[in-house]
Amino acid sequence: MSQVLFQQLANSLVDGDPDATFDLTKQALAQGIEPLAIINQGLVPGMNIVGDKFATGEYFLPDLIIAAEGMQRAMQLLEPELSRRQQELSIPGTVVIGTVKGDIHEIGKSLVATMLSANGFKVHDLGVNVPTDKFISAVQDSNADILGLSALLTTTMVEQQKIIQALKEAGLRSKVKIMVGGAPVTRSWAEEIEADGYAEDAMGAVRLAKFLVGGTV
Amino acid sequence: MAIQAPYRPMLKIITEELTVQIIQEAIELLQDPGVLVHNPEALKLMADAGAGVDFGKQLVSIPANMVHTALTTAPSTFYLYDLLGNPVVHYGGNDVHFDPGSTAVTLLGDQKGVQRDPLTDDLVRFVKLVETLPAYDAQSTAFVCRDVPAEIGDLYRLYLALNYMRKPIITGAFGKDTWWTMWEMLVTVAGGERELASKPIAVFDVCPTPPLLWSDLTVQNLMDCARKGVPAELVSMPLAGTTSPVTLAAAVVEHAAESLSGVVIHQLTAPGAPIVWGGAPAAFDMRTGTTPMGDVNTWLIDCAYIQVGKYLNLPTHTYMGSSDAKLLDAQSGIESAGGTILSALSGANMVSGGGMLDFLRCQSFEKLIIDAEIIGMAKRLMAGIQARDEPVARDLMRQTAHKANFLSHTHTHKWFRKELYIPTPLLDRGSLDAWRLAGSKSITDRASEIIDGLLSSYQPSPLPQKLLDELRTIATTVAQKFGLQTLPALPQD
Repeated sequence: MSQVLFQQLANSLVDGDPDATFDLTKQALAQGIEPLAIINQGLVPGMNIVGDKFATGEYFLPDLIIAAEGMQRAMQLLEPELSRRQQELSIPGTVVIGTVKGDIHEIGKSLVATMLSANGFKVHDLGVNVPTDKFISAVQDSNADILGLSALLTTTMVEQQKIIQALKEAGLRSKVKIMVGGAPVTRSWAEEIEADGYAEDAMGAVRLAKFLVGGTV
Repeated sequence: MAIQAPYRPMLKIITEELTVQIIQEAIELLQDPGVLVHNPEALKLMADAGAGVDFGKQLVSIPANMVHTALTTAPSTFYLYDLLGNPVVHYGGNDVHFDPGSTAVTLLGDQKGVQRDPLTDDLVRFVKLVETLPAYDAQSTAFVCRDVPAEIGDLYRLYLALNYMRKPIITGAFGKDTWWTMWEMLVTVAGGERELASKPIAVFDVCPTPPLLWSDLTVQNLMDCARKGVPAELVSMPLAGTTSPVTLAAAVVEHAAESLSGVVIHQLTAPGAPIVWGGAPAAFDMRTGTTPMGDVNTWLIDCAYIQVGKYLNLPTHTYMGSSDAKLLDAQSGIESAGGTILSALSGANMVSGGGMLDFLRCQSFEKLIIDAEIIGMAKRLMAGIQARDEPVARDLMRQTAHKANFLSHTHTHKWFRKELYIPTPLLDRGSLDAWRLAGSKSITDRASEIIDGLLSSYQPSPLPQKLLDELRTIATTVAQKFGLQTLPALPQD
């Protein structure tokens, strides 16, 4: 019985139908199926299929993103159930991400955030025009493994440097890996400001994040 | 407001007035000075039908009414079938299909411009590759293999193609007798003479000689095609500035006159037999004395004669999308893209030229693959822009207002595959980093690397072995007349 439901859950992600994913998750919980089983036997296999189809060129970014959306909506139902059972999900890492102060460019940052979620990371997206102190407190509060800083303008990319400096002053620099991105950002800039990594596109950011948390690329 | 029917973007290169004038002058030219026909049977056919024939000069004066009659019997549309019996190419209306360029004499051997002799194994690989590329709707007898005698060059390439193809094929004969061998092979594959005529799997190109001459061979092929109900494709090729006047409209008149004379001979032979208004004209290159195909002047002639053919309500064909470059470089990209896109916008039913370089002399596997990308874009262009929703955007944009979140919107997921043409990874659309990571390669490198992968997806011929053996016997019998006892072995994989 639950096998059929797991299959339907996986299919709802593959078909890009977040409403169905949400409803099926609700249904599964109502039937008393364990949240970890829902995740590991329904949602994760579905996300893996989506990821494989993306890798082979059959699927594209909207397919990934809508699947991630379905996953997120399911997790809204599952997370309270997990904490009630004092269970934890094993994830590759926690990421705090945002576009720096003075910069309101959203698309690239959101794409990276979504791709990281789609790959299992727990992502706190702080949005755009984020002041330095907000990044610092978010890193502290969430115990983040990675901080992602986006800047689309040559005038705002200096903020990345300022944030790294502020992290040092707060004694947090060694606790978090920093990745930077955005159109004007280059590898040499990343090195100059002592970031831990730089990627030019969302797929590169995922590879980098996996590498930074100690996994394999 | 109802959702509008899809609007098909179409290119009109000349006015209707000029179109009518071109046809009128062409008809007048067929009367005076008339057309040379170097074939007694064709001369008799036309004399019997009432044309003025000077048998000594082999010159025919075709009266206007004979042209008009031929135009009423020539069909405006027909289908080509694949070897499974499906109608896959529609010659008619504004449907556009693509096939590789035909009858190259060399193959691009490397990326430095070395051209080499094509052999049996090369053509087999090429035919297989065409099968794997959805951009190509038909096969062509793409090049002539040098490991068999030249006398059987035409039928041997058809023999090889028939062993490996599913798609229909654009072909042509180099001789009067070899046409019959080729026809026999097609009949064998189709399962009978009547079956071949009712579901044709091949088209024969027949080329008049500019200006206004039908050679013995080509007019014989033309009449034989008509008699057997095998579609014939007229490939008139005036060369503006040498074999035709340099003014482009005049070159189109010459093309029309030659083509109309072909329609007359063809329809006199067998009224209602399928015939295509095709061509491969060029504007002479005044600096080097060559016949450029990837040339804006040539394209103008092409687009105009296609328009004339459509005005006459005939199926159309053109030779566009090839390049005269010797390498796969920026020139080959410019010329191939320009021609392909214009041919698509002109609505030519069959566009030949994919893979071709160096004035249609040289075929290239890599270019064939790259051209498939251009064809993909051209096909998207033809589909144009439609109003997918009603209202088009207003309600959706009021919901989303000032948020740039369309990438995660279900509307995007619903429509992006239908709306956006997404090229294969052959075109580099990644970041600089991703490109470097993949080895900093050119499109030619990438095309070269995917050949084997594409070939591994090839589906073998649906024809039974017994039938393939019959084809081999037919081809071998002719080969033996020219001193070749055994045909080269077919590759074993």
